[in-house]
Amino acid sequence: MKHLNAINRKAALVVASTEADVVALQQQGGGPPQQPEKPHIPPGCSTVFSPGWEADHAGGTAGLCSPVERDLFDCHMGCFWPAQVPDQLNHAPDWTAKCAVAQKDWRKIDLVFPG
Amino acid sequence: MSALAETTSPTRQLGVGEFHTFEASGQRFAYMVPSAAVFALDDCSVAVVELLKTRPQAPEELLAALAPRFGEQTVKDAVNELHRIRAIGELAAKAPAPKVIPLKPMPIQTLVVNVTNQCNLSCEYCYEYGEDKIVDTENGSQPKFMSAETARAAVDLALRESNPGKTAHITFFGGETLMNFKVLKSTVAYARDSAKALNREVDFSLTTNATLLQPDVIDFLADERIGVTISIDGPQEIQDKFRVFSNGKGSYDIAAPKIKALLARHKTRPIGARVTLTKQTLDVKRIYKHLFEDMGFWEVGFAPVTTAPQRGHALEAGPGYDHLLEQFRQLAAEFLEASLQNRHHGFSNVRETLQEIHMGHAKAYPCGAGIGLLGVATDGEVSLCHRFAGSENHRFGSVTDGIDRAKQATFLDEHHISNKTDCATCWARPICGGGCYHEAHTRYGATTQPNLHYCEWIRGWTHTCLEIYGELAVKNPGFLRQFDGDDDEAPQRH
Repeated sequence: MKHLNAINRKAALVVASTEADVVALQQQGGGPPQQPEKPHIPPGCSTVFSPGWEADHAGGTAGLCSPVERDLFDCHMGCFWPAQVPDQLNHAPDWTAKCAVAQKDWRKIDLVFPG
Repeated sequence: MSALAETTSPTRQLGVGEFHTFEASGQRFAYMVPSAAVFALDDCSVAVVELLKTRPQAPEELLAALAPRFGEQTVKDAVNELHRIRAIGELAAKAPAPKVIPLKPMPIQTLVVNVTNQCNLSCEYCYEYGEDKIVDTENGSQPKFMSAETARAAVDLALRESNPGKTAHITFFGGETLMNFKVLKSTVAYARDSAKALNREVDFSLTTNATLLQPDVIDFLADERIGVTISIDGPQEIQDKFRVFSNGKGSYDIAAPKIKALLARHKTRPIGARVTLTKQTLDVKRIYKHLFEDMGFWEVGFAPVTTAPQRGHALEAGPGYDHLLEQFRQLAAEFLEASLQNRHHGFSNVRETLQEIHMGHAKAYPCGAGIGLLGVATDGEVSLCHRFAGSENHRFGSVTDGIDRAKQATFLDEHHISNKTDCATCWARPICGGGCYHEAHTRYGATTQPNLHYCEWIRGWTHTCLEIYGELAVKNPGFLRQFDGDDDEAPQRH
């Protein structure tokens, strides 16, 4: 690193742990990263789907590894249905501001109406 | 992934991540949250961060604004590096913090054994006897003194449940620890023999009010290399305000000569003073000067009294803690000055925080209680820590039945930092973890609550310690090497 200097021990660990990413990027000639070969499955995501929601092996939600409320963020950030949640970029930047912990605070997520 | 490499999306915007900036020796630093990594930033990376703080923007926009000043490639490199440590990143909803419960099995590092719940002093602010007590030690069912048999069972537990490759730490606590010196002494001998048979090491420390430090006790503590912490509040008029005998007489005249005798004789371990600060005795520099310079303690640690807010000795939320912070800052400046010249300074609050910053401890829990540290009450019941000894609601098993691992797992699940919604936006959470369980229980009636009454104080104090850390990193990095140690061996706060 040329512009940042790792000062404490944790910083040195952060630099070391991200080294592999940088090497991979350099091997690609600095171009855009390749698309991942496999679809992204968020942690705790079920591989069994019913329309619109995930289900556990029995068709319910009780047996999911993560509470269903968490999926909202997975859907929003890195998954399949970005259009189903408010447009955080332009119209609703703070819609999750009161929701620090999805499992506990999901009821506090703002309702957003199309403007 | 490179931040600037992926420029195909027209709406892609970069924003700042979570970190706290500070300046020391004319150098800008970032304390990363939640990793607790500390990085020094050069001018270009500072410019990138400052610009993104004003509003999120696309990488091309950033480049256009800063390239004339720094050159295109320099800005690209700086952006990529900042992106790599997550100081900046794509705008996105905040993902829930991963909840990582410590790996099992969780060995005990320190077992705090309350050899008695009785005390020969009657300090008004005491959490064990005062108005905020959790357990009735006067009329309760617990014995007033721990039996030798129970103490031996506690030693067995500590040896059984600690990491076989590491030293087992046993801390004697009270009440006034030395009121049960006979059992303490025999327990040390028993532990040494047991450890030897197992080819293990065992280490001891204790806390005392010093009033019972007879010559034979001092000899024993020195010969056995027992770490000693003295509870003392400062010079006579400060000490005698709260630390009194039951007849109201101050304890300074009894304690001071015995402390001097201890310091003169006990050279095998550094001896520390532990000061309780109250509204009436808030004079940090004067207390420090007396204890460090006049009395000769190796180090002095300060803590505000743990109490319900309505008590007369409680620090006032807001102004009281601001005043405390100002006093701490003044003494910390002396610590820095001494450390730049490689002189020892005994303000242990700074030293402990510097150690945590240096290692980059990112805590999911405020302290080791319930993880590597447990308390034992006089009847052998194991508790969250010594401050909860004997409390049925905070029981974690017993010395004979062992640690209640199911209760421990539930506790750790309920007390994880990710459950403390108020802490989710605080940059100091890697080092604070929501604050002392006992303080929270006394103030809010629940160990799960974050200690919101001293957030500003924690942030202010952490910022000051970060500045000191930065100064030392620039001007005397050799000083910080003393904190490179075996992380597991770092002493836990009591």
